[in-house]
Amino acid sequence: MRVVVCVKQIPDPASPFELDPDTHFLQRPEDQVLDDTDRYGVEMGLTIAEQTEGSVALVSMGPAGSLQGIRQALAMGADRAVVIDDPNLRGADSLATARVLTAAISREGFDVVIAGTESTDGYSGVVPQQIAELLNVPLLSFAKKVDLEGDRIRIERQTDYGFDLVEAAPPAVITVTSGVVEPRYPTFKGIMAAKSKPIDQVSAGELGVTTAAGQEIVAVRAAPERAAGEVIEDEGDAHLRIVQLLEQAKVI
Amino acid sequence: MDFEPSPEHEAFRRVIREFALAEVAPYAEEWDRTHTFPLETVAKMGDLGLFGLPFPEEYGGSGADFTTLCIAIEELARVDQSIAITLEAGVGLGANPIYQFGTDEQRQRWLPDLVSGRALAGFGLTEAGAGSDAAATGTKATLDGDSWVINGSKAFITNSGTPITSLVTVTARTGPDEISAIIVPAGADGFTVEPAYRKMGWHASDTHGLVFQDCRVPAENLLGERGKGLRQFLTILDDGRIAMAAIAVGVAQACLDDSATYASERSAFGRPIGSNQAIAFKCADMQVAVEAARLLTYRAAWLKDQNRPFKQAAALAKLYSTEAAVGATREAVQIFGGAGFVDETPVSRHYRDAKVLEIGEGTSEILRLVISRGIGLPI
Repeated sequence: MRVVVCVKQIPDPASPFELDPDTHFLQRPEDQVLDDTDRYGVEMGLTIAEQTEGSVALVSMGPAGSLQGIRQALAMGADRAVVIDDPNLRGADSLATARVLTAAISREGFDVVIAGTESTDGYSGVVPQQIAELLNVPLLSFAKKVDLEGDRIRIERQTDYGFDLVEAAPPAVITVTSGVVEPRYPTFKGIMAAKSKPIDQVSAGELGVTTAAGQEIVAVRAAPERAAGEVIEDEGDAHLRIVQLLEQAKVI
Repeated sequence: MDFEPSPEHEAFRRVIREFALAEVAPYAEEWDRTHTFPLETVAKMGDLGLFGLPFPEEYGGSGADFTTLCIAIEELARVDQSIAITLEAGVGLGANPIYQFGTDEQRQRWLPDLVSGRALAGFGLTEAGAGSDAAATGTKATLDGDSWVINGSKAFITNSGTPITSLVTVTARTGPDEISAIIVPAGADGFTVEPAYRKMGWHASDTHGLVFQDCRVPAENLLGERGKGLRQFLTILDDGRIAMAAIAVGVAQACLDDSATYASERSAFGRPIGSNQAIAFKCADMQVAVEAARLLTYRAAWLKDQNRPFKQAAALAKLYSTEAAVGATREAVQIFGGAGFVDETPVSRHYRDAKVLEIGEGTSEILRLVISRGIGLPI
């Protein structure tokens, strides 16, 4: 199968970040890392490609920088990457992002598109659904397990109570949750091979997409600090109070 | 002059750091406490290609340079020395002699499993009566028809008794003033692996004494040239010294990281202990030692990678780095106080583990001898 995996480079979550005071956009350093949630998508893509003797292409939109995060995914084993880095897309909303990614995916050709459920820096969580709609293919979302059954793809969709069994014939879009598969660590050989894998850097215009940022961030406010927890002094009956609290929280 | 690591070296360092934090750090305390050799983790290191880093692809290796191996060893040692020495010995003392001195048949037979981490090999040089004085080897091997018959014993042999140990290369007297190296497969008749030592540290590393009683192995198990066993092993030890230095750099770095964090968080007399010069300067000295050790170590690795003479550089790196590591663990425990003496903090484990770095693969004293001779002194 021809697998296309949507990936994103984000600032290293372990490093402090800053917002641009005028635009409120995240200031992105030259060296970004592969979004941790995307590693599950890449691993799922590699697994499917290995089972079907297929290929894995990455598509990514955002400032290319040093391409460090893209190379991480290539070092895991993906075959090539398309990176759409276009200053006109700065601050693009999710629909604009989906349009651009859809154009890149269509140009690559695909049987399956895989994405994480949401990016760690943006968290809109709607881009894969929009891609499925724009591609006019079924969406198999929130997969905690993916199986190829003959010519169909069957997933277990994570729900609050368990999972739904959902299946569709390719072409389709799958979103995977963390834990769907255990991502492999890139090997040294993989890292060296990634150096020479093709990374195609294009603008939105080259993909035939004319789109502009459809949103403006008006203000960013700090989330309210969490209230201090309740300290229970044990005078012999603390366990009763703890049980009561757990019952109130409907944990037990 | 350029000390900038390549982007690939940096990317690899990040992978190993991540691996060490996810696959080793959460379990290191338990392995230490229960003296567990972590087979599953060794297998994962094998999957990651670590045991084959410096070997050519034809044997399943990665064809990486020695610097890359040192990066892996350093990052593992930053979390746990036992797992780092398992890799260091597995590559440097286990597979390397076979690769350096083996015949094509020997390489084909043993290397693929060693390189993939499916098997480990030991390096039997040291004896109870022949440590620094390796030439005093008492183990004997005599040629009987088409077999070597080996009698004697070896001491402190790393990776020699794991469930996946496939062989031990041993040095033995094969004639007057003649020491040769012979491959002894695990389970050979007359080859006994003694119970594991009770050690001060490196509890998750596998170390045994070995006994050979009329142990018979095929004549073709001679490794390299007859009579060159000692010289071969001294060559192997030059590589090993750089890798041991890399362990030391990792340990010292861990002590610096932990000490700086603890000195900032721990308060006494109403302020962080790190606001006292007595504590802050310990951390400052530690960073000087870490950086100096790292430079010596990676310069020695670089010389080796450039195929330039590195014997002196390796001795300098091992001597300085291991003494720096032992010093760093001592000061880290001091900064942690009582919390550093109990086994609830990693610094306690680092302290117990570090001492042997000044002993294994060339004691500090032997290294000073090597260095003095390298300077040209009549010693």
